[in-house]
Amino acid sequence: MSELREILGETVTRLFADHCSKEQLEKADAGEWAEDLWTAILENGLTQALLPEEKGGVGAGWQAAYVILHAAGRYAAPIPLAETLLAGWLLDGAGLDVPDGVLSVVPDGNAVTLSSAGQLAGEAPNVPWADRADYLVGLARKDGGLAVYCAPRAAYGATPNHNIAREPRDLVQFSGQGDAALASSDVTSDTMTLYGAMVRSAQMAGALERIIEDTLQYTADRTQFGRPIAKFQVIQQNMAMAAAEVAAAVMAAQNAFRAADRGVPDFEAACAKVLAGDAAGVATDICHETHGAIGFTYEHHLHFFTRRLWSWRGEFGAEAEWAERIGRRAAARGPDALWSDITARQSGSG
Amino acid sequence: MTALHFEPGELPPEAEELRREVREFLAETMAEIPAALKARNWTAWNPEFSRKLGERGWIGMTWPKKYGGSERSFLERYVLLEELLAAGAPVGFHWIADRQSGPLILRFGTEEQREKILPGITRGETAFGIGMSEPNSGSDLASVRTKAEKVEGGYRVNGSKIWTSGAHMADYLVALFRTSGTAEDRHDGLTQFVVDLKNTDGIDIRPIHNMTGDHDFNQVFFEDAFVPETMRVGNEGDGWMQVTTELAFERSGPERYLSSFPLVKESVGQAGQDPSERQAIGLGRMLAKAATFREMSLSVSGMLEAGKNPNLEAAVMKELGVGFEQKIPGIAHDLFGMSPRLDDGSDFETTLAYITQANVSFSLRGGTREIVRGIIARGLGMR
Repeated sequence: MSELREILGETVTRLFADHCSKEQLEKADAGEWAEDLWTAILENGLTQALLPEEKGGVGAGWQAAYVILHAAGRYAAPIPLAETLLAGWLLDGAGLDVPDGVLSVVPDGNAVTLSSAGQLAGEAPNVPWADRADYLVGLARKDGGLAVYCAPRAAYGATPNHNIAREPRDLVQFSGQGDAALASSDVTSDTMTLYGAMVRSAQMAGALERIIEDTLQYTADRTQFGRPIAKFQVIQQNMAMAAAEVAAAVMAAQNAFRAADRGVPDFEAACAKVLAGDAAGVATDICHETHGAIGFTYEHHLHFFTRRLWSWRGEFGAEAEWAERIGRRAAARGPDALWSDITARQSGSG
Repeated sequence: MTALHFEPGELPPEAEELRREVREFLAETMAEIPAALKARNWTAWNPEFSRKLGERGWIGMTWPKKYGGSERSFLERYVLLEELLAAGAPVGFHWIADRQSGPLILRFGTEEQREKILPGITRGETAFGIGMSEPNSGSDLASVRTKAEKVEGGYRVNGSKIWTSGAHMADYLVALFRTSGTAEDRHDGLTQFVVDLKNTDGIDIRPIHNMTGDHDFNQVFFEDAFVPETMRVGNEGDGWMQVTTELAFERSGPERYLSSFPLVKESVGQAGQDPSERQAIGLGRMLAKAATFREMSLSVSGMLEAGKNPNLEAAVMKELGVGFEQKIPGIAHDLFGMSPRLDDGSDFETTLAYITQANVSFSLRGGTREIVRGIIARGLGMR
């Protein structure tokens, strides 16, 4: 990891640790907006990490974004930072201005149409933080082509809903004007899901590492049959399995962000979401089992991470959906291209 | 941060240049290799194939030139290995010598041993077996009993080693013997030796056929077998430390996730250009894992190149990689629902038939799943 990213990691870890206490996460669960956290994020310029310098950003690239999003996941940061980063990146790529404020994204690239008069129409479910956002960014069909739009809060109605982590996932109805531009040639109707899957894989990597760390601590502290439960082989074996799965998910997420700095990570981001989802299945199971009943209480903090993992696992495409895409592409390419495609896609030229 | 951290590795341009050379070589040499041999991958013995690799400088390629090596980097070696494994190249003859016996001698052996043994390995002419397990010492390796008793000019060995792959064909065995004390002394009193299997009296090698029908395993009996002092590797009593190092070499390579890769490739062919949804999902999941484990394996090689000691990472890689390669026959079964036939079968059936059976051994070699998870748990601070 570069020195810059190491310093960034320390900064964001401190920031999230300061603002994501159990009490603050409980308030967010109850629907309170984490104003102090969001202010701290803005003050540190974290929402602009991906924007070029001429647009007030730092042009730090996707690998720096990984560091930020991983830390956000590790602390269950209850704010739409991933969404704001992604929205800004898409707007900037389309040559549009990136407005200040809370931004979010519409995952479905086929739900919205844009008339030649600039009128947005359509309905989209599961839009993160739509009601709270100042602008929604997404992809819309326009005259048979694809446009990137930026819809102000006045241009859509939002019916509140939530995922099981109590994060807002609202139903949105568009009926208004927005800023828009034709999407560049490397953007497709799947672009939002692909990059959405990638940012979720980073948040999941952070949350997965967190539940492993916390569960390891619990096994050292919790005594049964006269010794810490960490000393039982069956607990050791389970934790070894879970930690290995998580290490793989972290590797896959890192690969995706590295690939995104080189080009479109269509294979790597798909892999990252598959690995993160599979690891979430194994690790949440083992970590809850190891915690026993206390981990099932609202009083304990484990659920802030596991509920997010279960939610994020399904968002922007679950494992089977991404696996199917990878499988179809490989089948179409045939067995003889299989290995050379793998080696060409990853670590080829750094 | 958790204890497990895999820093992404990068391959230098010379490694990619080497990849092109290896692929050209494989295109020429693999055409005549049958599917059954490809399925056996790095356990398939083919001295002729190994000699061809030796001629190219592709055995012991990181070793000093004075011992026949090519002084190439660990990352170049990584690329060579993954290309050979993905193609199912029959590299069993030299695999153990290249992977662990040679590096062990290079690190702990005498100058005389290096000069005598290493050049033959690099030419693909010298094969090694692993002499660790005994009938009553499997996972509990420190309980070995085979004794090497000090006599004039060397040691007199009595006891036996078991599960010794290729001992009936190999030239040498790197063996762990007890030079002092008893099995109760555990890690103390153990010493490693290079045993000349072809020129030593008092050695009896008996076959143990495995359930696939192959003769790979053997039991090697020692009855007053004389091993000269000059063939002792390292100091008396350093055997445990050395064998731990040797096991790290054994566990860290890409063969820990690629053994079943020929079946992955055959499965893609079997699915055809337009697979069902179930098949596409199954294949995609395999490939997502394969691509990720490849990065992890590369990361371990990067650590070796940087002079680090990736014992824990190698154990994690083995846990994940073996878990992956062992699931592949089950996935193939799920996707294509057929019972493979042994005779007149397609390449897919032949490959599936072998790997379905051999599969159960993958998590045993190099330390069982349970031992490996114990190593990971220690790395996590639980033990």
